[in-house]
Amino acid sequence: MSEGHSTYTPKTGIERWFDARMPLPRLIHDSFVSYPVPRNLNYMWTFGGILSIMLVAQILTGIVLAMHYTSDTNLAFDSVEKIMRDVNSGWLLRYMHANGASFFFIAVYLHIFRGLFYGSYKAPRELLWILGCIIYLLMMATGFMGYVLPWGQMSFWGATVITGFFSAIPLVGNWIQQLLLGGFAVDDPTLNRFFALHYLLPFMIAGVVVLHIWALHVVGQSNPTGIEVKSKTDTVAFTPYATIKDAFGMIVFLFVFAYFVFYLPNYLGHADNYIVANPLKTPAHIVPEWYFLPFYAILRAITFNVGPINSKLGGVLCMFGAIVMLFLVPWLDTSKVRSAVYRPWYKLFFWLFVADAILLGWLGSQPAEGAYVFMAQMATLFYFAFFLIILPVLGLIETPRRLPNSITEAVLEKNKGGSGHPAGATAAPQTKG
Amino acid sequence: MSATDIHDPNRRDFLYVATGMAAVVGAGAVAWPFIDQMRPDASTLALASVEVDVASLQPGSSLIVKWRGKPVVVRNRTEKEMKDGEAVNLADLKDPIARNANLPSDAPATDANRTTPGKEAWMVMVQVCTHLGCIPLGQEGDFGGWFCPCHGSQYDTAGRIRKGPAPENMAIPVFKFISDTKILIG
Repeated sequence: MSEGHSTYTPKTGIERWFDARMPLPRLIHDSFVSYPVPRNLNYMWTFGGILSIMLVAQILTGIVLAMHYTSDTNLAFDSVEKIMRDVNSGWLLRYMHANGASFFFIAVYLHIFRGLFYGSYKAPRELLWILGCIIYLLMMATGFMGYVLPWGQMSFWGATVITGFFSAIPLVGNWIQQLLLGGFAVDDPTLNRFFALHYLLPFMIAGVVVLHIWALHVVGQSNPTGIEVKSKTDTVAFTPYATIKDAFGMIVFLFVFAYFVFYLPNYLGHADNYIVANPLKTPAHIVPEWYFLPFYAILRAITFNVGPINSKLGGVLCMFGAIVMLFLVPWLDTSKVRSAVYRPWYKLFFWLFVADAILLGWLGSQPAEGAYVFMAQMATLFYFAFFLIILPVLGLIETPRRLPNSITEAVLEKNKGGSGHPAGATAAPQTKG
Repeated sequence: MSATDIHDPNRRDFLYVATGMAAVVGAGAVAWPFIDQMRPDASTLALASVEVDVASLQPGSSLIVKWRGKPVVVRNRTEKEMKDGEAVNLADLKDPIARNANLPSDAPATDANRTTPGKEAWMVMVQVCTHLGCIPLGQEGDFGGWFCPCHGSQYDTAGRIRKGPAPENMAIPVFKFISDTKILIG
């Protein structure tokens, strides 16, 4: 798709001057104006744009918050309270940043589930998918370290528990843990390095996003049918079609975001984080941020030893393994058909997987005792079975439904039966041949 | 195929390999300080031992000191606590190893091995749950020892794990009595 000839023609003298020296306007035009996108993209394809503005919003609010924040264990908690009470508009910037992290993850989870449903990871988009997984990993590291900065009870104990994972590694575990902490427990050196890294990682994310978009523009977008673009009638121009659709998606998303920032600013946080960190007193119930809960549930589900692997190391391995699964998806799924629309059994298992992930998230927020432990073990088993058994086997035994010959055919077929639109109406030009 | 295609290792190859090796070693040497600075610094290590005055501790009372950022409990155990600890059958223990940094790493978790010779009443222990690092509460739970409110691990009067998800007995740090009433931890 990118190999198509550039349609950019510089109009003014200054544009010609630039085009001959550094054709940035041409790159922008070819990437965001004339770039052809499949005509049948639905609103699940607007999350790329939404994620981009969330990243920019997080970086902007983060930079100004850093101007008022102090990363010293004696001052950090108070400096955050100062931002909330004394700094002009500080409360708004902090609530935007804290809720922005949550909404960043809401968008990224929808983006990932979109990819899983429509098989967006299949050849030739494996690298595109893996770059996305790397962004997700960097986001998790950034989110975790950001949560430590306010130096509340959950900050401190969350950091203690999560850095404690590394002590489960045989032989070098304690050395690695001390390397991360800069001491023997979470303390001043830990807070300082987490602040430095929390500032750095978003820019690394931005770098990988550039690679992600580059890879996307080489292979082109997937689409709800999973059929590759075959002719010019299968596509529409990025501007205005995708631009306007993305903009509308962003507005709706930001509406919900704004509702949380203004009316439920602490709903997604934890009350204990408004108590200053106390290394000698553990909160009764440690929970990570909501977006880590499914993985936390998997960690705690391993309560038994397997051979030489004790329950602690087993839990850590399963938790990281749960993320590794995502990286392997392009090779675990053996089906030639991309979209779940044409895969009745995969569609069923996909929704079961979504339910399983939500169940794990809920279990992660519950105490690890009684029936919850057994439920978490079953849900963990299904999580891994989905990737390691269902995905490979289903591709071999499932009979997919008949695929349309092209995107255009799929769109026209869908709009044939009594849509009520008068023929030749000016609305929805993307549905017409 | 000309004669020059025949490739014998010669002086130039040696120079290439040697230069490459020097570059790798150099890159490693430059990278090391960037990793090294992450490790606990001198001021953190300087706090790696603390001296505790325990003259005021009557049997049945404890105090907590912060050592390496973690709480260390010093408890002067009552007669009953010591008897309870000694009465435990080693086969009933989830973790049969003493986890005492002053003893060999395979020492059995007897009550005596959880303390120090001649001072069996005194428990000196890192009061951190071996499950996920919470701080257990003292003198609570079914075994009269420690109870972790996070995930319900229960420890006996010698700090040995008896029930719940924690894998190990709570750790005994390196310590010694430097006089009858002073303990050096670390």
